[in-house]
Amino acid sequence: MLRFILTRASLLIPTFLGVTLLTFLLIRLVPGDPIEVRVGERGISPERLAQFRHELGLDQPLWKQFLDYIGGVLSGDLGTSLVTHNPVLQEFLTLFPATIELAFMAMLFASVVGLPAGIVAAVKRGSWFDHGVMGLSLTGYSMPIFWWGLLLILLFSVNLGWTPVSGRLDLLYYVEPVTGFMLIDTLLVGEYGAFWSALEHLILPTVVLGTIPLAVVARMTRSAMLEVLGEDYIRTARAKGLNSRRVVGLHALRNALIPVVTVIGLQVGTLLGGAILTETIFSWPGVGKWLIESINRRDYPALQGGVLLIASTVMAVNLLVDLLYGVLNPRIRHAR
Amino acid sequence: MTTDVQPVASRPPHPLAETWYHFRQNHGAVLGLVVITAITIVAILADVIAPHSPIAQYRDSILAPPVWHDAGSWRFILGTDDIGRDMLSRLIHGARLSMMIGVIVVTLSLAVGLGLGMVAGFFGGITDVLVMRFMDILLSLPSLLLAVVVAAILGPGLFNAMLAVSVVVVPHYARLTRAAVMAEMSKDYVIASRVAGAGPLRLMLVVVLPNCAAPLIVQATLGFSTAILDAAALGFLGLGAQPPTPEWGTMLASSLQFLQRAPWVVTWPGVAILVTVLAFNLLGDGLRDALDPKLKR
Amino acid sequence: MPLLDIQNLSVAFSTRAGTFRAVDGIDLQVDEGEVVGIVGESGSGKSVTSLAVMGLIPSAGTVIADRMSFAGTDLRTLSRSQRRRITGKDVAMVFQEPMTSLNPCFTVGFQIGESLKVHEGLSGRALRHRTIELLEQVGIPAPESRLSAFPHQLSGGMNQRVMIAIAIACNPRLLIADEPTTALDVTIQKQILDLLVGLQRDRGMALILITHDMGVVAETAHRVVVMYAGQVAETRSATELFERPRHPYTGALLDALPERALGRRRLPTIPGVVPGIADRPQGCLFNPRCPRAQDRCRAERPALLADDAGRARCFYPLNSQSEVTA
Repeated sequence: MLRFILTRASLLIPTFLGVTLLTFLLIRLVPGDPIEVRVGERGISPERLAQFRHELGLDQPLWKQFLDYIGGVLSGDLGTSLVTHNPVLQEFLTLFPATIELAFMAMLFASVVGLPAGIVAAVKRGSWFDHGVMGLSLTGYSMPIFWWGLLLILLFSVNLGWTPVSGRLDLLYYVEPVTGFMLIDTLLVGEYGAFWSALEHLILPTVVLGTIPLAVVARMTRSAMLEVLGEDYIRTARAKGLNSRRVVGLHALRNALIPVVTVIGLQVGTLLGGAILTETIFSWPGVGKWLIESINRRDYPALQGGVLLIASTVMAVNLLVDLLYGVLNPRIRHAR
Repeated sequence: MTTDVQPVASRPPHPLAETWYHFRQNHGAVLGLVVITAITIVAILADVIAPHSPIAQYRDSILAPPVWHDAGSWRFILGTDDIGRDMLSRLIHGARLSMMIGVIVVTLSLAVGLGLGMVAGFFGGITDVLVMRFMDILLSLPSLLLAVVVAAILGPGLFNAMLAVSVVVVPHYARLTRAAVMAEMSKDYVIASRVAGAGPLRLMLVVVLPNCAAPLIVQATLGFSTAILDAAALGFLGLGAQPPTPEWGTMLASSLQFLQRAPWVVTWPGVAILVTVLAFNLLGDGLRDALDPKLKR
Repeated sequence: MPLLDIQNLSVAFSTRAGTFRAVDGIDLQVDEGEVVGIVGESGSGKSVTSLAVMGLIPSAGTVIADRMSFAGTDLRTLSRSQRRRITGKDVAMVFQEPMTSLNPCFTVGFQIGESLKVHEGLSGRALRHRTIELLEQVGIPAPESRLSAFPHQLSGGMNQRVMIAIAIACNPRLLIADEPTTALDVTIQKQILDLLVGLQRDRGMALILITHDMGVVAETAHRVVVMYAGQVAETRSATELFERPRHPYTGALLDALPERALGRRRLPTIPGVVPGIADRPQGCLFNPRCPRAQDRCRAERPALLADDAGRARCFYPLNSQSEVTA
């Protein structure tokens, strides 16, 4: 098992280096010299310019700069934000929990609704329920979520007043961040009102961000179940005199989960991409909104670091999914 | 008590006819095709159909509501936006933009992806490793994030947004092509034409490519929906088409603050995106079912 | 009273081209402790018959019968949950493909124990003990260590033994084995067959052995039912059938046995295939492939008629001692 993990992990090294190279080149492809961005419109003396270039290592040959960059990345130095002058890594880590909290809730929502919907649709293949689930999930899959979010705000926040419009917490409350996860932090300090407020703030963003994964999970579950339900071992299970609940819920589902869990894991990338839109609409203080702001403020080191960190997160999650696949599938687990 | 079934005339139908038969069974796919045809006609005839110019500002009717509201009028059927432009005309011209985005993005990414995938599949070895590694790197970034970054590098604008979206989807075509090429390469008919002296270019384009067409056609159809959706998202984030271009995502972004006062300025562009994307997804799904022999019968 | 009594059973599937009767009015009686062989080519309806007995026909199929009773219970009137109490307990089945018939995600021990848990309420140590006992009975060496094995870790023969252990777990009164050896190596086939027959003899259970291999039937069955295109072509005791087959189809099947073809240069074959949904012939279903077919066979469909030792569906049977009344 350990060897399996190490082999899979080592396959990521070239990809990681590639992403690092890509983000390294990113800042150099941007129109305009980063120095000019930094000093703004004001004129600058050639001596100061040379000094800046030296400070940033820009007078070195490109390959040397890249090696320095990798060295920095590996020791946790992702550069400094041009706007706040804070280390990029620190900014990212402060905002990341908000994004994780949102993405986790969205995934939970997608799985809790999508799995049963897909299972029932497969069992009742061809029924009105099946057609309904398939139609809705294709609609969800086609949804421009930035517009979907606006519609939900219009309906539930503006017209009905059920949910807050934006942010993570009512201004009434202030909770010192411990873990950065609002649901946990509010409970840690015992502020139940704040907990409910945080939960309320999560509802709409969760639904919006979870819509596309929900559609994917439902469709994938349905097709995986349909395939498994036609297998010989399902006939064997029925021949044992097991009831449908046991045949479907245990024998079929256990096998169908193998591809479904993989797909759920692979949705994490989609989620982090969708977080850019969702966080922008709901003013959610996470890394997605921060990235867009960094672009608008031409804060390229922040963008560069953020992209590298998100890519690394996606790679780590994909590795985890790969390992989970091995755990779920006995044929893979025992193959070594 | 034996009911005899009449022997069925059993000449196998032409493959295209068979595909069309299966496609027609799928009502969703037919609906998708009808909607797409309608949108295409609207896009082509935008100048003739649209009642107003998409950028003409009618200062006397700012944020006029749609016709079915009490204050609405037939002059602006779907209402006007915050500077008095006719929503319907802007949506019609937006259809033209979206279809153009779809065509350009799919053509561009299909051409590049096809080329890379074929090269990787044909030559194998180090070429394959390098090309596919690069594709893996692109895939390890969330697609919208990658599009945002590319658009940020290239600078905002409709054409740059199309480039950005194209870059994002290239790996899908490349992977698909490579897999199809590798699967076909080991088949006897390819070996036969190679023995018959077909050169690599002929082998690639004339022999193997037509046999990989089915999955690529499906992917390209679904590619339209991705392209339209992502370009609209970039427009919404301010990284795509710039005002006053009547691109649907850009229209949404510029009318955000009127969400409460004039919901129609937000509703219609979104409906347009959703319907178009849904139509392409329906068509793509239908084509996949019709072209995939595994699911037939 | 027979243990299993089926009269005029039909199983129909609706397809795009119309309704297709996979099984068309068959009768089948199995006595307590009897071994009945059902023989026929692929597509003759053997497996569908057994699935109908098990209550495993998918919802696209319709099962109709004049009588369908097991140990005096009318199977047609049972509710689904009552039916499940018989299926897997009193009537059990072994399938053709051991490699795909076991669930790849569960251990062998779990899959055997499941029947015991559901039907007999066993759990804990008793369950484990009984499972090991079953593995021993089906001849699996080192049974304790096999409990936690997954199907993909065992060979096809071993998996078929596991399937048999599952089937006999609750001491069924009737075991249906659907081509239990077809997917296995020739050397293993004999072992599995011996195991099945041994278990049948020791436990006194009835056994329906479905096969396309006349040789297998010759070694094991007391009585044989020959099926063709969803109908019974001939039925009689095994000795009678092998000595004096009446139906030309049975005759052709027997001629195709290698041990009966000694001295011939080529093994005789039956030309053509079993008619499917679209090409059912007029008259006798076997007439296009029958060397003895006459005009009457092409016009009329023969009934299953009794003779001195059994029944055959033929106007002009082989080896007939008395004239068959039309």
